[in-house]
This record gives sequence, C-alpha cells and structure tokens, in this order.
Amino acid sequence: MKVIIDGIPIEVEPGTSILNAARQIGGDVVPPAMCYYSKLKDSGGKCRTCLVKVSKGSEKDPRPMPKLVASCRTAVMDGMEVQNITSPEVLEARKGIVEMLLINHPLDCPICDQAGECDLQNLAFDHGAVKTRYEFDRRTFEKIDIGDKIQLHMTRCILCYRCVFVADQITDHRIHGILNRGDHSEISTYIHAAVENDFSGNVIDVCPVGALTDKTFRFKNRVWFTKPVDAHRDCDHPGCNGKVALWYKGEEVLRVTARKDQYGEVEEFICNTCRFDTKKTADWVIEGPRKISHKSVISSNHYEFKPLPVVKTNPQLQGANKQQFERDTRL
Amino acid sequence: MARKLLLEHINVPGINTFDVYRSKGGYASVEKALKTMSPDDVVEEVKKSGLRGRGGAGFPTGMKWSFLAKPEGVARYLVCNADESEPGTFKDRYLMTYIPHLLIEGMIVASFALGAKTSYIYVRGEMMPQIRILEKAIAEAKNAGFLGKNILGSGYDLELYVQPGGGAYICGEETALLESLEGKRGNPRIKPPFPAIAGLYGCPTVVNNVESIAAVVPIINEGGDEYAKVGIGRSTGTKLISAGGNIKKPGVYEIDLGLPVEEFLYSDEYCGGIANGKRLKAVVAGGSSVPILPANLFFKTAKNEPRLMSYESLAEGGFVTGTMMGSGGFIAFDEDQCIVRNTWNFTRFYHHESCGQCSPCREGTGWMEKVLHRLENGHGTLSDMDLLVDVSKKIEGNTICPLGDAAAWPVASAIRHFRDEFEWHVTNASEAVVRNYGLAHYADPLDIKETA
Ligand code: SF4
Ligand code: FES
Repeated sequence: MKVIIDGIPIEVEPGTSILNAARQIGGDVVPPAMCYYSKLKDSGGKCRTCLVKVSKGSEKDPRPMPKLVASCRTAVMDGMEVQNITSPEVLEARKGIVEMLLINHPLDCPICDQAGECDLQNLAFDHGAVKTRYEFDRRTFEKIDIGDKIQLHMTRCILCYRCVFVADQITDHRIHGILNRGDHSEISTYIHAAVENDFSGNVIDVCPVGALTDKTFRFKNRVWFTKPVDAHRDCDHPGCNGKVALWYKGEEVLRVTARKDQYGEVEEFICNTCRFDTKKTADWVIEGPRKISHKSVISSNHYEFKPLPVVKTNPQLQGANKQQFERDTRL
Repeated sequence: MARKLLLEHINVPGINTFDVYRSKGGYASVEKALKTMSPDDVVEEVKKSGLRGRGGAGFPTGMKWSFLAKPEGVARYLVCNADESEPGTFKDRYLMTYIPHLLIEGMIVASFALGAKTSYIYVRGEMMPQIRILEKAIAEAKNAGFLGKNILGSGYDLELYVQPGGGAYICGEETALLESLEGKRGNPRIKPPFPAIAGLYGCPTVVNNVESIAAVVPIINEGGDEYAKVGIGRSTGTKLISAGGNIKKPGVYEIDLGLPVEEFLYSDEYCGGIANGKRLKAVVAGGSSVPILPANLFFKTAKNEPRLMSYESLAEGGFVTGTMMGSGGFIAFDEDQCIVRNTWNFTRFYHHESCGQCSPCREGTGWMEKVLHRLENGHGTLSDMDLLVDVSKKIEGNTICPLGDAAAWPVASAIRHFRDEFEWHVTNASEAVVRNYGLAHYADPLDIKETA
C-alpha cells in the first residue's frame, strides 16, 4: 500500500497505522506519541498528540477526513495522503494538546528523576509554548508506594494508560487501574494494595513522565550524570531474556532499565530480578556503551553527528515548517 | 391539533399495562412484521420513512441498520440507549414511565429487522422507577407470548433485558455504553471499528435511542411512506421535545417536525409562552450541548426566514447563527437569567462528566470551568473571553468522542452571541454579582414590535 506523508511516499503493509508508516520514513514527519506503545496492544488514541490531517482518504475514496485523526490508531489506506508538519492546523492542534497536558502537570522537573529522559519534557520542548496561560491551582495527589520498589507520583501522570496495559498484558494479573473520571481520574491500586509481580517494574519504563519511578533509584542522581551501558545476564525467568541497560555513576550501577529505542519504547521487557536485585557489575556481561540520541540531554557533553532531518532536504517542507527549520539550523 | 404518532394514547388510564395498551391497538406492528414481512422489508420501511436518530446526531436510522455487518454464525445485538442524561432532555424518561410497552414493541420489531436474538435496554442508573416499570412490562409481554421462544409462532426468538447503568453521562455515548454493558469502565472506544462491525462483545451491534425505536412502531403500522408525509423535507415524522426553562407549560410535547418555533413557544397547545409576563432572552434548542441562541436569532434565521423545529432549519446558519436539533431538550431563558452563570453551569457539568481518557477534554473542560467560575464571581479579566474561545477550539474535534465537542459548543456560542454580557461581568464586577445583565439587544423581537 502506498501512502504519502508530508509529500514523502512510502510503501507499507496493509493494516499499518499512519504513525508506524511515518516511523518507517523517519525524521521530522514522525508525529510525537505519548500514549501509544508499539509493544502494548490496544494502546494509543488517548493523548491526541499524534493527531494528523488526512487530506486524501484513499485512492478509492479520495475525500479528506473531516477531523484530525489519531495517527497511532488510524490504519493507512492505499493512496492515502497525510499531512503532519505541513499542516498548520495540525501544528496548532498539537500546541493545544501540549498545553493541556501541561496545565495540571507540576513542572517539578528540577526534582524529578525522570528529567532528562522524560517524553513530556521533550514534547514540550519541541511543540509547546514558552508561557502558560493557566492561572489556577494545579491538581495534586498524595504519593503512593506501590510495593517496596515502585513509587507512584500521580500528580505527574498524564493518564496514558500504558502502565495499565503493561499490567494486563505483561504481568499475570492486574491489580491497579484508573479510579474516578475526568480530571480527577487517578491511577491507583485500590486501597493501596501493592503490585506484587515479577514484571511489575516495567510500568516504570513505559511511564512517559515521572509518575512511576524506581524507588531504588529515587533521588540518587540526575540521569545525565549517569552513563548507560548495554549488558546482559543469563536470566532464568521465562519471559525475560536479561538484556538491559545499566546506568553507571563511576563504578557503581545506580539503576537497571530495559533498553529503549529512539521512540523511547523498550525493546524487550525485563523481569524484576534483573531490574531491582542485580546491581553489581559482576552480575552482568557488559556489551559496551549505549548509543544515545544526539537530542538527548544525556549526550550533551558529546554531540554526535546529527543526521539531516527530512525537512532540510525538501524545500516544500521547509516552507511549511519554517519555525522548526530555523531552530534546527541555528543549533 | 396535529396527530400524535407516539403519544396518541398517553392519557388513557392504565396505558402502562399490557392489557390496556393491547386494546388500543398495541403490538399490532409486531404481528404485522413477524407474520407478513421479512426482516429486510422492515429495514426497507424504516429507510423509506426517513426516520433520523432521535438521540442527538440525527443519523438516518434505516441507513444505520443497513450498515450492520451480518457474518455467518455471529450473534448480532440491538441495544437501546436509554441513558438519557443531557441536561434539559427528559423525553425518554417520560416515554418509558407512561407508555413502556411502546418501547418494548419497537424493540421487538427492530430486533426482528436486525436479526438480533438478544437485545438490551441500557437505562441510566438514576432511573430506578423506570427500570422497574420496564421490567414489569417485559414480564407482561413475555406472558402474552410477544417475547421469548417462537414469538407468535413465527419461529423468531427474542430475549429482552434491562440493564441499569452507573449513572454516568458518558455512558450515553454508544461505545462507552457498550463498554459499560460489558461490565467495564465506561470509556468511549476508539473508532474505527464502529459498533456496526464490532460492538457488544465484539459482535455487530446497533445502538438506538429510545424514541427512535419507539418511532419504528408507527412506521410499521402505517408504512414508511405515510410516516414520511409527516414533517418537512428530510426531517420526517414527529419528535418529542422536552420543554423546560421559563415557559408557562413545561413538559414533553410531540410535535410534527417543521412546526414554526414561534408557534411552539407561544401557542397554548405547547409551551404557552414565557412565564410571569417576562420576555425571552435566549434559547437552547436541543439539550445543553447545542449552541445557545439569542432570541432574535432563534425566531428568524440570518436570512430572515422564520425558523422551524426541524433538523435543517435549526441548523440554518451553521454554528455562526444557527444551532442544532440535538436530543430535543428545549430550554428557554427569560430576561432574568444570566448567560455567564448558565454557561458556567453547563461547563461544570461537562467537567464533571468527562471520562478523562483524552487530554483535550479531560484538561480543557476543567480549565474552562475554572475560568467561567472566576468570571461569574467577578474576578475575570477581559482576555478571558478570548482564552475561552481558544480553549474551546482546541478541544473541539480533537477528542475521541463527541463529549469534547459538546463541552466546547455551548461556551463558544455563548461568547459569540453574548460577549457584551461577559464583558459587563468583568467591567462591572461588583454589580454583576448582585444583579443580572438583563435583556440588552437580544430581546425577543415579538414583544418589541408590540411595544413599539
Ligand atoms: S472526549 Fe472526553 S469523554 Fe470523550 S473520550 Fe475523550 S475524555 Fe472521554
Ligand atoms: S500517541 Fe496517538 S493518541 Fe497518544
């Protein structure tokens, strides 16, 4: 099936979502995704940051779609034409979404363990406005300990539902979920029951913000002072293959996480033993330092060569996306 | 007086019981459909009738039925949406309370047309009396052989169940309703797939409003063509309107679509005019989510044609100078009502009822509510109006389900038409908390003519 995204054609399998088609193209035409997670079935459709405009439905039915659609949950059709960064309407809507996501967010990045690898931080940096127009008290919640290894700081949550899907699909049973509705919704384990499960730690990795954090790492260090190293061990848990990233500070392993790809999604889920209980170098076979994207603050001391974004080679896109182009070329 | 198709016998004592209902010609449509028609014939009649969904969106019912997927060996369901909770709308409750058998009769015919063997009526949780009434009526119908196995010897089986909801407005959205019916949290589903392909328990499902299903009864009895003769243009048939607000005679009225709004509001047969000798200021024509209109735009469209109670005429002028038929929740505001307060009240409702899945609606409704609250209480600023319009635009169209739009429209339209009143709330803050802005220039044009 052929789709055209921001003027760039690509052939994809039937059933591919627009988002995944865009990821196959790569670069700037990939819409940001805060709730979709390719490894979690049924995820996506909620945060609305990935909205795009379908200017031509398909070869058969060329009518444009009446509203912006969530690219993560809309399948491509043959001959479909999609506008992401070439549509001012999309950029405007996305700005609105970012603003909405931030109005009740505490913006406590300076004391948040997620800072530096936070999807919301990146999103706000790329698509948000400098100032807020929100002048009211922000919603707050008490912190909740979910078991002895995980802490939930609901105030930072953007309700992407990813951790709910993890519990449903990766662990053997789910005991946490969403309580209440609207902007009083909260992730909770009912009456604070602990999440006891061999795979529960994965909720930390899928959380796009700092709402679910690793208690064994809390306040230990800023992520950009730690050095990630790929390592593996012979994990005897079925379902975990022991491939992780170790985060070093000096000689010490401060934390263990799954390996994340360029979209911040884990490559493979890992078990709690690997994550929480094996924190000595001797436990691991080291593979080598982990590649960190040039965009990440973690690599701020060693800029790598920056691959040309699609915009730079396409004059048509340059005009449509002037603002970003200027910012990128200035850097 | 126009002929009533749904409420003809509403005043007959005992019409809520099977025997009286039957003696007035009830269940004739079931006999006619099951004995003389094929399911496709029934669908065809409904298509001919031009009946449009009475729950709000106004989508042609016959068309919706013909979209239903019919894979071999997979169950199909008909679900009646009786989760009526739009502020201002109370027609379905009225119908279920006083003439429950009409709904059940319609359910049987509609289920037959769709080939559903099990059907549900999903009733809003607060309507406990209506749930009991329906359950009693179902038992009576079953007793008389109109439900259960081999109905009227036709070989068609149907079980009908009443399911109480948990009392959430969002469960009136059809996919949230299905989630709730399945016993899950009532979050709207992400579409596609649409319920016609994968609905209840993953099976093809049709969800229809109470009134749409009840309307199937006269359509079958009299034929689709006859039904289509009532009404005007593409707005065929009759419609139940729940009239409320500052009118002399609030209540549920059955009108022929195409009735001039002026007649509806002032004639003694319907609303009977504005109560207490006051004058009309504004109207919400179709339930809280449709755009509010000032009196002058309500009676006459921008093209200076008289407005009629029909889908097309109410929508004349789009969102700039028009509104929508919606679910038929007609609310009239007289000169003593404060538009800012009312808008805040509506927004408070949507804020409370948002399911919280998608960010624009979850955060945006709360934000608008807070800004309006501050305006109403005299702490607003002049830039708040632009902020509200902007926030409402950021919500509208960007959400999973129509609740986001429903929350955005009343705010955007109130500011569009009543901006001076909002501004007065800022510039005369201390006065605004003790008295109302009054009629201003949106006065009811009829009364002005008389006094001039
Ligand atoms: S628009 Fe509102 S009610 Fe509808 S799915 Fe989104 S958050 Fe839920
Ligand atoms: S990533 Fe598509 S809606 Fe969140």
